[in-house]
Amino acid sequence: MSTAVKTEFQLSSGVPQGPLAEKWTSHKSKIRLVSPANKLKIDVIVVGTGLAGGSAAATLAELGYNVKAFCFQDSARRAHSIAAQGGINAAKNYVGDGDSIYRLFYDTIKGGDYRAREANVYRLAEVSSNIIDQCVAQGVPFARDYGGLLDNRSFGGVQVSRTFYAKGQTGQQLQLGCYSALNRQIARGKVKMYSRHEMMELVIIDGKARGIIARDLITGEIQRHSAHAVVIASGGYGNVFYLSTNAMGSNVSAGWKIHKKGALFANPCFTQIHPTCIPVSGDYQSKLTLMSESLRNDGRIWVPQQLEDAQAIREGKKSPEDIPENQRDYFLERRYPAFGNLVPRDVASRAAKERCDAGYGVNVTGDAVFLDFQSAIERYGREQAHLQGSDESNPEATMKLGREVVKAKYGNLFQMYEKIVDQNPYNTPMKIYPAVHYTMGGVWVDYNLMTTIPGCFCIGEANFSDHGANRLGASALMQGLADGYFVLPYTIGDYLADDIRTGPISIDSKEFEKAEHQVKSQIDRLIKQNGTKSVDYFHKKLGRIIWDYCGMSRNEKGLKEAIEKIKELYQEFQKNVFVPGRANEYNEELAKACRVADFFELGLLMTIDALDRTESCGGHFREESQTPQGEALRDDENFMYVATWEYTGKPNSPKLHKEDLIYHDIEVKSRSYK
Amino acid sequence: MDIKLKIWRQKNATSKGKFEKYALNEINPEMSFLEMLDVLNEQLISSGESPVAFDHDCREGICGTCSLFINGRAHGPDRFVTTCQLHMRRFKHGDTITIEPFRAKAFPVIKDLVVDRASFDRIQQSGGYISVNTSGNTQDANAIPIPKADADLSFEAAACIGCGACVAACKNASAMLFVSAKVSQYALLPQGQVESKRRVKNMVAQMDEEGFGNCTNTGACEIECPKGISLENIARMNREFILG
Repeated sequence: MSTAVKTEFQLSSGVPQGPLAEKWTSHKSKIRLVSPANKLKIDVIVVGTGLAGGSAAATLAELGYNVKAFCFQDSARRAHSIAAQGGINAAKNYVGDGDSIYRLFYDTIKGGDYRAREANVYRLAEVSSNIIDQCVAQGVPFARDYGGLLDNRSFGGVQVSRTFYAKGQTGQQLQLGCYSALNRQIARGKVKMYSRHEMMELVIIDGKARGIIARDLITGEIQRHSAHAVVIASGGYGNVFYLSTNAMGSNVSAGWKIHKKGALFANPCFTQIHPTCIPVSGDYQSKLTLMSESLRNDGRIWVPQQLEDAQAIREGKKSPEDIPENQRDYFLERRYPAFGNLVPRDVASRAAKERCDAGYGVNVTGDAVFLDFQSAIERYGREQAHLQGSDESNPEATMKLGREVVKAKYGNLFQMYEKIVDQNPYNTPMKIYPAVHYTMGGVWVDYNLMTTIPGCFCIGEANFSDHGANRLGASALMQGLADGYFVLPYTIGDYLADDIRTGPISIDSKEFEKAEHQVKSQIDRLIKQNGTKSVDYFHKKLGRIIWDYCGMSRNEKGLKEAIEKIKELYQEFQKNVFVPGRANEYNEELAKACRVADFFELGLLMTIDALDRTESCGGHFREESQTPQGEALRDDENFMYVATWEYTGKPNSPKLHKEDLIYHDIEVKSRSYK
Repeated sequence: MDIKLKIWRQKNATSKGKFEKYALNEINPEMSFLEMLDVLNEQLISSGESPVAFDHDCREGICGTCSLFINGRAHGPDRFVTTCQLHMRRFKHGDTITIEPFRAKAFPVIKDLVVDRASFDRIQQSGGYISVNTSGNTQDANAIPIPKADADLSFEAAACIGCGACVAACKNASAMLFVSAKVSQYALLPQGQVESKRRVKNMVAQMDEEGFGNCTNTGACEIECPKGISLENIARMNREFILG
């Protein structure tokens, strides 16, 4: 059911001329505008209501556009941005530690291992300050100090404190902030909200995105919705791994549908494996839980120095407290003294894997390392005792004080850990292991955040643009809100300026007819197929293949094997998946089957992309390309480009287009955190 | 461990529901409660039966999607957890576990254990916001210092996940805790003062219109709230309402 796509793309990023620091300002003042009166005649569809989609829908409505917003959750508030924990970066320099827009830009480019587009990242750093102002004005209750001013903390891969936070629930508070802005526009009638609706297809008329086909997840009704532009803000594709820190419903389908209709998909193999997650405990496991990176501000990561000790811990014969200080290997502090426990995620994850592969893992499965708060509790305890003028030499009293400080900072995370693992992390170190968390790859967009389909935009995690090959902590929230509040609402006008005379888009055209038919026949096939295996059976198997061969470490042989395995499993899925129930009712299995079908095709593209990129960079570690010390080795001469893939009608043979990355304002260096 | 389940099954909003019994053997106590339901559904699907519909998404206690009334309590027997954070180690071999949807007039059943909580959204739409546009020209975030104690209290109120446990736990199906949490978040901040009177009036009116019951101060909502939202918020809302 492939549709014809253009064969030649002129990949133009549309980055404006002029000095880096002036590009965004001059672009904003030069792009075309749509007058307030004309905005009232223009409809925009936004798919997804997380930080990017929710903030875009609200802002577009404030500006006067008529917005239709869609989410598969039962309420816009529940989009997965809500689960982000640690914080949001902004170059405010409130701390006075030398932070600046340039430094945030520099850290983000370096953190992404020089695989992100320079001008987009600079713009992100530039608008970051505004985000904090906006959120405070909306009533987001960020953490404050006793002077009543905003507090900051530090995150991985940087040497300043620029992260704003609300305990370990920053994503929740920002999400509720943009949900409130959205609600205000729903109340005004400027946003029509469709919750429990899933986008099933993009409708293109005369080469322009003009609407979507959606499925009402309660009634199963297939609906046509038209608009002058379509914005995809559907988040990342981490659930291709089955086990990830994403919500159960998070999926790639909206992004994948537009890819199949002509939007290029960029750097699919750039996925982020987050170092601090609760380890897998059994094969019934449905998801993994993140322990915020902020914990690495105060937690120290270690394994025993001696193999025998590690084994004794695994067998339950020793506990971590039995291992004396000089017998512990704080491997991040040892390998990366300049950044210590706060190295970027990809580096920390690989180092943990290296220790566990070498036999030093500390839980039953051998896949876990310790994250220990003992020294922080002691340090804070002494500090508090000193402040209160109490006895600093009484260890029990100081530990109690220390625990209170740690509780105030990370209480909800500690509680979460205890509920899942049934161990108290105030008394014994957490056990953690890397897990899939974020996807840097995504739909290719230009400087205006438009895909290669005119009128189809893509924002937030769903696009590829800002994080290169590795995202730094607290930057996802920043990007989501930057795109939705401060970038897209302006850049979309440049496109919509042509549509002021178009008038309402009819849903009775043959294009809508055809797209609807396509959706209905896919659903029909799934329902009628008398297979024997559940959707989850296939999803788990697919996830295992991707994790084993396209996870933290990749090589040519494994990737080639993975491609064959995915193809084979996909064929079996198409013949043998069993979807109970009917099409026109609440049917979660059906919704899952449609999503997993797209994960198969995306998984194939991921492995093809990983095979093609024979260098290591960021989260993409090719075993063939490493330094003698085992660090990732980039190949700038051959791979300093964005790999963008065109759908050719056959998932097995996508076509590669390259966007060369050129850095004018930053010196390209090898990335070192030593 | 082996367990028995008594689960509310209801085909759709209009049909009449009833309890069905199921037995599950060799359940790993380390499983989460929802993973136990996954196992049940996998078995139902493989025997060609319709799986039990239940709401869930993040499975880490923050999105507020999961619900379930377990053995007569919203989110099950533990305090300060959502159903997705409940683990089977909390139950014993041989237990019978009764699972119902959150019941309230304002939360109609969609299917089995899935209910429609759009009434909560409509209450928020009636005033749960500060009227500020995204101009990019708002004043600097540190322009107004806010006492830490106020900011912390505001945060605690804002931690509500909108799951509806307070309503399900209340014998009157009152939504006072939910509404008061939002009212309090803004009432405690200077940014929220400007339209505070209008906000509380509109939100309370919408709450009544949705068919939620009255508060009779039993405090069940506070006990069952997975985020520990305090009853003090209800007192604060009442004060705001009277002043308004």
